[in-house]
Amino acid sequence: MRSHILSVLVENRSGVLSRVSGLFSRRGFNIESLAVGPCEEDDLSRITIVVKGDDAHIEQVKKQLNKLIDVVTVRDITYQNYVERELALIKVQAEPGEPRSGVIQIADLFRAKIIDVGRNSVILEVTGDSEKIDAIENLLYEFGISELVRTGRIALQRCEKSGNGK
Amino acid sequence: MTNGAQILVRTLLSEGVGTIFGYPGGVVLPLYDELYDAPIRHILVRHEQAAIHAADGYARASGKVGVCLATSGPGACNLVSGLATAYMDSVPVVALTGQVPTALLGNDAFQESDITGITLPITKHNYLVQDVSELQRVIKEAFYIAGTGRKGPVLIDLPKDILTTEVTSDEPITEINLRGYRPCYEGHKRQIDRAADLIAASRRPVIYAGGGVISSDASEQLCEFVEKTQIPVTATLMGLGAIPSKNPLFLGMLGMHGTRTANYAITESDLLIAIGVRFDDRVTGKISEFAPKAKIIHIDIDPAEIGKNKLVDLPIVGDAGSVLSGLIEKVTGVIGEEGWRNQIQEWKTRYPLTIPDDGKLHPQFVIKTLSTILNGGGIIVTEVGQNQMWAAQHYEFTRPRQWISSGGLGTMGYGFPAGMGAHVACPNEPVFVIAGDGSFQMNIQELGTVAQYHIPVKIAIINNQYLGMVRQWQELFYEKRYSYTELPDVDFVGIAKAYGIPGMRVTEPAGVRPALEEALATEGPYLIDFRVEREENVFPMVPAGCAICEMIGERHPHDEEGS
Repeated sequence: MRSHILSVLVENRSGVLSRVSGLFSRRGFNIESLAVGPCEEDDLSRITIVVKGDDAHIEQVKKQLNKLIDVVTVRDITYQNYVERELALIKVQAEPGEPRSGVIQIADLFRAKIIDVGRNSVILEVTGDSEKIDAIENLLYEFGISELVRTGRIALQRCEKSGNGK
Repeated sequence: MTNGAQILVRTLLSEGVGTIFGYPGGVVLPLYDELYDAPIRHILVRHEQAAIHAADGYARASGKVGVCLATSGPGACNLVSGLATAYMDSVPVVALTGQVPTALLGNDAFQESDITGITLPITKHNYLVQDVSELQRVIKEAFYIAGTGRKGPVLIDLPKDILTTEVTSDEPITEINLRGYRPCYEGHKRQIDRAADLIAASRRPVIYAGGGVISSDASEQLCEFVEKTQIPVTATLMGLGAIPSKNPLFLGMLGMHGTRTANYAITESDLLIAIGVRFDDRVTGKISEFAPKAKIIHIDIDPAEIGKNKLVDLPIVGDAGSVLSGLIEKVTGVIGEEGWRNQIQEWKTRYPLTIPDDGKLHPQFVIKTLSTILNGGGIIVTEVGQNQMWAAQHYEFTRPRQWISSGGLGTMGYGFPAGMGAHVACPNEPVFVIAGDGSFQMNIQELGTVAQYHIPVKIAIINNQYLGMVRQWQELFYEKRYSYTELPDVDFVGIAKAYGIPGMRVTEPAGVRPALEEALATEGPYLIDFRVEREENVFPMVPAGCAICEMIGERHPHDEEGS
């Protein structure tokens, strides 16, 4: 069992998301993350799904996804060379003084942005792969995270690097 | 100016729809008003479930797309088990449902139900039409999707205002462009070559043919392939009729209630050629011991069936008929050892399906007699349970599409309404519904429909006053604790009479043939109540979880001395 990343191109129509997610739930799969949004073509959307399962089960889900009329392509990029990112917004306790400078220091280390400042808390925006988000989350934990949201992973296959097939 | 209901009727006509099975209600009134003088026949059923089963029976008998119509809410919900039935057996059906006006969607309006949400996992595709300008395209797409590739049901949900909205122009659409739907009909050439090599090298080959052969109309190619190669054939419940039962190379059905010959042949085979099948658990038994010595070639139009239940050595994605044509060209002649064919004939002789000859009325005898009278012709539609299995085992089929039965979902109440649809599809064929007394009572109200429209289906109730198949399992695996499976005596002939339908009760073997002949000679519907041996079992039987070679029952007296 490992996490698979599926990149699914779908028609941008109502009901598509429930068709797609229904295929996972009826087989008892728990989706780890799902991110959906516009893509390079106007009337299509790209869904990035991260799901745990053995290869044979994922293969079956991929085929079932392909059978959906509204699904245009399905790619499992797990074993491809890919780049992935996730974005998180973290509201963390940061009273003026020592706590706040501690939070700012961690934000600097992770190249996170402070996008909102309040009397006793700040909101950080951080992007990176999932491990990086996990890491900053852990470090901020002791300051007191009051709210947190993650987008889920999005991924693209890497560009071809040379013309000779390598 | 033209409104949605008019566009709908016009598009249905352009799709060649001649008959709709339906039931009216509030939100579909505009459509019914349009149907009032449209050149489409509408058959008013007594329950929406019957409408979809009838559309399904029509589709299976004809190969064309069946159409049914129901109102919103309860009407639409009553289609659910019928949609699931058609989905499991890959039957092309278009179901039209009314819906509350778009302005009320999601408001829990009167008779509102989210039918597209409910039927998401049991339709090949479904639509909620939200703009009348989409209507024609949606209907066209629905028929295309239902009737191509791996066929299946498509539902179109029609809010009331869509039916009444007027539009100025509505140019006919001729082209369908679905970039997410491109079924593959042609098998990969190199895979077909490889398959031909595997076939040429095999010594003990068997063909395992299923519903895909029927729905792709590939029986002719299958028979030609068998004729050329002399490879023995077994069929699934859905594949019966793909090859005539009397063909010496036909082994009978395989699986849980298959013949010993078929199940032994699968177990001993060194090459299984699986065509239009899905390795269902009722066929394979314990999957790890299914065809344990065989390499497997799997031909199917649905890539998702490849490797779903059983890993195969050589997949070919494509239409059964097209792939078989390719294989016929490649194979050189008779395949396999003479000893293998001899072994199979020996099994066939040693393990025939038997009917007790003790002067009592046995259900198998009813089927056998019907098969003799019709000379293996007609259309045989069944309910689900023992009646279905006896019909599958003992009827001698002669052609595809004459056998209509709910396989995957096993829907009791399917047969009688499906029989009505089969008659509409093939008005010149005798249609027999083989029912159990339990199943028949699940849609018994359709006696009203066949009486009203004078639909000449002949109903043969195999009446044992039990939910027989469940009782059989209770007898064999639950120490005869018949928990809620006994049914009280019902005067079925009396009920038929109340609807103006003639009928007869039969209690003796001698009465079987005259009753069936009387039914055939009678114009219009007819009902026969066969009072059969109550605790007859369907044998052979593979107990759940066992390998298919581990059958119980139906042991021939010579069995012990043989091995």
